[in-house]
Amino acid sequence: MMKTIRAKAAVILLPLLALLTGCSDKIVVMNPQGPVARSQYHLIVWSLIMMSLVLAIVLIIFIYVLVRFGRRKSKGFDPNDTGNRKLEVIWLIVPVVICILLAVPTVKTLYALDQAPKATAAAPSAVHGKTLTIDVTSVQWKWLFRYPGQNIETVNYVVIPSGVPVRFNLHAYDAMNAFWVPELGGQQYTMTDMPMKLWLQADKPGNYQGRSSNFSGTGFAHMTFTVQARSASDFNTWVNNVKSSKPALTHDTYMNLLKPNTVKPQTYSSYPPIVAKDLNKAQMNAYMNGQPTGNDAMHGMNMDNSGKGGK
Amino acid sequence: MNSITNFLSHFFVTGDPMIYGADVSIVLVTLAIFFVLTYFKKWKWLWQEWLTTTDHKKIGIMYIIAALLMFFRGGVDALMMRTQLALPGMTFLNSDHYNQVFTTHGTIMIIFAAMPFIFGLMNIAVPLQIGARDVAFPFLNAVSFWLFFAGAMLFNLSFVIGGSPDAGWSAYAPYAGTELNPGVGENYYLLAVQISGIGSLATGINFLVTILKMRAPGMTLFKMPMFSWSILITSVIMIFAFPAFTVALALMTVDRIFGGHFFTIASGGSPMLWANLFWFWGHPEVYIVLLPVFGIFSEVIATFAHKTLFGYAIMVWSMVAISLLSFITWLHHFFTMGNTAPVNAFFSISTMLIAIPTGVKIFNWLFTLNKGRIHFTTPMLWALAFIPNFTIGGVTGVMLAMAPADYQYHNSAFLVAHFHSTLIAGTVFGIFCGLHYWWPKMFGYLLDEKRGKWAFWVFMISFNICFMPMYFLGLMGQTRRMYTYPAGLGWGPVNFVITIGAFGMGVGFVIMAYNIIWSALHGKRDTTGDPWDGRTLEWSIPSPAAEYNFATIPTVSTRDAFEAMKEDKRAGKEKAPAAYKPIHMPNNSAIPVVMSAFMFIAGFGFVFWWFWMAIPGVIGVIGCMIARSFVYNDAHLIPVEEIERTERAAGRLS
Amino acid sequence: MAESLLSLNPKKRKDLPLEYSTEEGDLKIVGFWVFLAAELVLFGTLFGSYLVLQSHTAGGPSAHELFKIGPVMIETVVLLVSSFTCGLSTLELRRHNVKGLIGWLVVTVLLGLVFIGFEGNEFFTYAAHEGATLQTSAFLSGFFILLGTHGAHVSLGIVWIAGILIQLARRGITPVTARKAFIVGLYWHFLDVVWIFIFTAVYLTGWVM
Repeated sequence: MMKTIRAKAAVILLPLLALLTGCSDKIVVMNPQGPVARSQYHLIVWSLIMMSLVLAIVLIIFIYVLVRFGRRKSKGFDPNDTGNRKLEVIWLIVPVVICILLAVPTVKTLYALDQAPKATAAAPSAVHGKTLTIDVTSVQWKWLFRYPGQNIETVNYVVIPSGVPVRFNLHAYDAMNAFWVPELGGQQYTMTDMPMKLWLQADKPGNYQGRSSNFSGTGFAHMTFTVQARSASDFNTWVNNVKSSKPALTHDTYMNLLKPNTVKPQTYSSYPPIVAKDLNKAQMNAYMNGQPTGNDAMHGMNMDNSGKGGK
Repeated sequence: MNSITNFLSHFFVTGDPMIYGADVSIVLVTLAIFFVLTYFKKWKWLWQEWLTTTDHKKIGIMYIIAALLMFFRGGVDALMMRTQLALPGMTFLNSDHYNQVFTTHGTIMIIFAAMPFIFGLMNIAVPLQIGARDVAFPFLNAVSFWLFFAGAMLFNLSFVIGGSPDAGWSAYAPYAGTELNPGVGENYYLLAVQISGIGSLATGINFLVTILKMRAPGMTLFKMPMFSWSILITSVIMIFAFPAFTVALALMTVDRIFGGHFFTIASGGSPMLWANLFWFWGHPEVYIVLLPVFGIFSEVIATFAHKTLFGYAIMVWSMVAISLLSFITWLHHFFTMGNTAPVNAFFSISTMLIAIPTGVKIFNWLFTLNKGRIHFTTPMLWALAFIPNFTIGGVTGVMLAMAPADYQYHNSAFLVAHFHSTLIAGTVFGIFCGLHYWWPKMFGYLLDEKRGKWAFWVFMISFNICFMPMYFLGLMGQTRRMYTYPAGLGWGPVNFVITIGAFGMGVGFVIMAYNIIWSALHGKRDTTGDPWDGRTLEWSIPSPAAEYNFATIPTVSTRDAFEAMKEDKRAGKEKAPAAYKPIHMPNNSAIPVVMSAFMFIAGFGFVFWWFWMAIPGVIGVIGCMIARSFVYNDAHLIPVEEIERTERAAGRLS
Repeated sequence: MAESLLSLNPKKRKDLPLEYSTEEGDLKIVGFWVFLAAELVLFGTLFGSYLVLQSHTAGGPSAHELFKIGPVMIETVVLLVSSFTCGLSTLELRRHNVKGLIGWLVVTVLLGLVFIGFEGNEFFTYAAHEGATLQTSAFLSGFFILLGTHGAHVSLGIVWIAGILIQLARRGITPVTARKAFIVGLYWHFLDVVWIFIFTAVYLTGWVM
């Protein structure tokens, strides 16, 4: 029932949106290309219907009273009309009902998004398992992507297999950022003091624009990346190509990447051990000065946090 | 020598023609003010009548003048941003400059324009509405104003000295910490907002006590005008929200000035703690600037529909509900900060719940209009435009409240459009509405209707041109706080339309400013004190009101007290006025303005880590407090003859 | 009798204690209670921040390693006794006994000074001997700012009472000085209550955990 209403609404509303802005595929939030974005899209459309209804009611009453009682000698003037218990109860209950109608799918979707989406394709052999894990680090003003299972590092672009759930572990080196790929799904923050996770999945091969959505300084507007979804075989080929033809990420190159600047997309066939330590800027400074980083303790604390988050 | 030039080039912001322009204009304006005051021998007048006043009406006017100036500054910031974003790849502002501009725009509009404007209106209207002669603590009221003013000046100084803050008005850690933001800009933000925030807290206490204890005889709480109700509730919110912000700002100041580790990346600091503390104040703050305008709209709609407010009691209770809910929704500002599903679910639902009392209020306003006799005056136009435009902001707010959907809206232009829909269609329309409505009570003449309506239509239509497309821009993936964007994403044309709208709003504001000047010269005098056929007590006294407001304190028996008095008069049941008695009024005091000057010095010292300057400033502030404690002669008596003279001049005594 | 600026509720004020006998006194006392509510939120926020950061020692000393029972117990007893003497001063105020009022307020101030002395010494010991300063860790930032804020309040209270003592000596007990002495008493008791929370939330949990 709900599904058909949503589908109908999409049919009505989407061309409207398209009409207003030129072309619909530019409205990336309304052009979901994966299960996560799609569930959020359904929620958005459902809320759009309910809210259009509310707005319409308000506008109709508004226009009616202005037209009816806006003239100089309008009839029906009644200064003693100071309240109406019945009406007041109605406009107390109707919003309550609307809130319930919105809250139920909201909570359902919230719990669903905590889990990995259902895979729609077999994972490529290079993935070693059913889901792919990618560790993401935001640095002023670039994105570092580490493939712990494949021992690959990329900068400002990430390649994923289509139809396979990808778990992004999010982490910030310095400023807080947010990891957002609108066509694949909503965002999560990256932070120095708490690791975050975000499940995303692409329906089909294609390139999807991602960007940071939380302000982090001078180069923030350039903090974009592409998510390149590939078929299983293309993904395997890509991994093999990287392993065979790309340079290794050296310790020095990595330290250069951590400086605040903007860089072009880069690919590395391996990374030094320090990358896997997930150090933030303060911990890195301590590490370089030979002091304890406290990162092990941090991890202990953080495990509790992510445990609460329900893996 | 070298070190001196080095210091100066850091001390003064350099390298940008706009900054030099600002430097020159600041110097010229200051010189011009000095010249005019000296030439017309107005220094003494300025000092005695305004700077040292404790009269709530004059303090209110000073709040409004300062707030209008801040509106102008914040508006110029907005236009600079919109110019930069008008086309893809514009180079009008560079990134760092743009970052400063959006930070000062947000901070100024919320802290130094919207709030003081509301404080101004409530200073003017609340004591008059409840039949009081002043606020509970007139001296503290002057302190509040001058603290706000010191904070505002300190904040604006950052534009030409030292550099502006650039971490957004929410100043998220760790970016706003010294680790990533070593300059003085964020210090300015912390100190300036702190100083004016202390004033806001004092205002909250002052108005709570005023409204609770100083109502005219017979005016029970549920016979109070709705605006006074809204201020009562707002005061409670301020008292419970602002201390949290005071602490948050103080802790970040400790981080930045004294090397603490509350929100740092290093040594166990917790950047998330800042987000929680900031929004624990920040969300109630939204209602601090919204509930008072709900009150204004209630007054104006009832007045110009010529009806009592529909569903008075439920209007009050819905404001109470909003104020309670406002304290349990702060987390919806960061649904995407890794909260567990149950936590996000709780805050999603608590946020949606706010829509219920707000919706109730919207329908009550609509039904106040129903069966009314609507007069489309300028204040009424602002109030009417509020209803549909604010509803759009409200329903998009519900959409944002749905956490999983918020993952897609968060930090995008959709969010920006939403809160501008509420803050402009709510707060800005509301204060413009209140400004036109109470202007005659402040100055004794009306703002011109024709020019006022022009300003309204230009501003309101431009507002829609500006912010309706912005929702789509958000869905197209543009985030807030981006100083540039490439072509090819489809964002260019939308941004261009938005910029046109923004400039239209600027034009509307200019027309309004022109109307103020024009009306000062040619505006219609308000000889009756009741130009709108008002319903509440402030219209029962002459415009502008005498120093003591009410020659005799009225006795109230119903809601819309003045309307009832007028009906009694029409029915020939007018009560004979009581005999005048001498009136006890507070003296002027130089302490508030001096104290805030010391506060400014202390703040400026802390901004630059100059303790040699900050510590004497703090000592000066404490010295002022001690000095005040020893002042015993702080009030004077207005003799009956003077009251008679004043009332006769206003035509109230034959 | 002039019609007061504030005289809107013609209550029978004669039956009330002196500090409430004028409308102005009444308003200021109510206003001060409201101010204390705001202070409660202020300290609540500081407590919340401290409790969040309590475990963030970042390799520095922990609460358990740092806190010494002896001085803290002395501070606690001194402040509690000062609250008691402050209460006695209010009793003397009600009895219109200016000498008793001044005497007990002087004792309160002296106890306050002792408290500040011990607290200052405690801070100094931590900083000088344990290397534990505000800059060491988030836990210590929280500790020093929470206690420092309370200590600053007590210090301000001492200055405030001193100012009122001068006024009492000069003017005796009038409605105005009575109101001032009463309000500063409220303030002092409030700080005592805050200390009890500090003792529990900071020191007791520090020793236990």
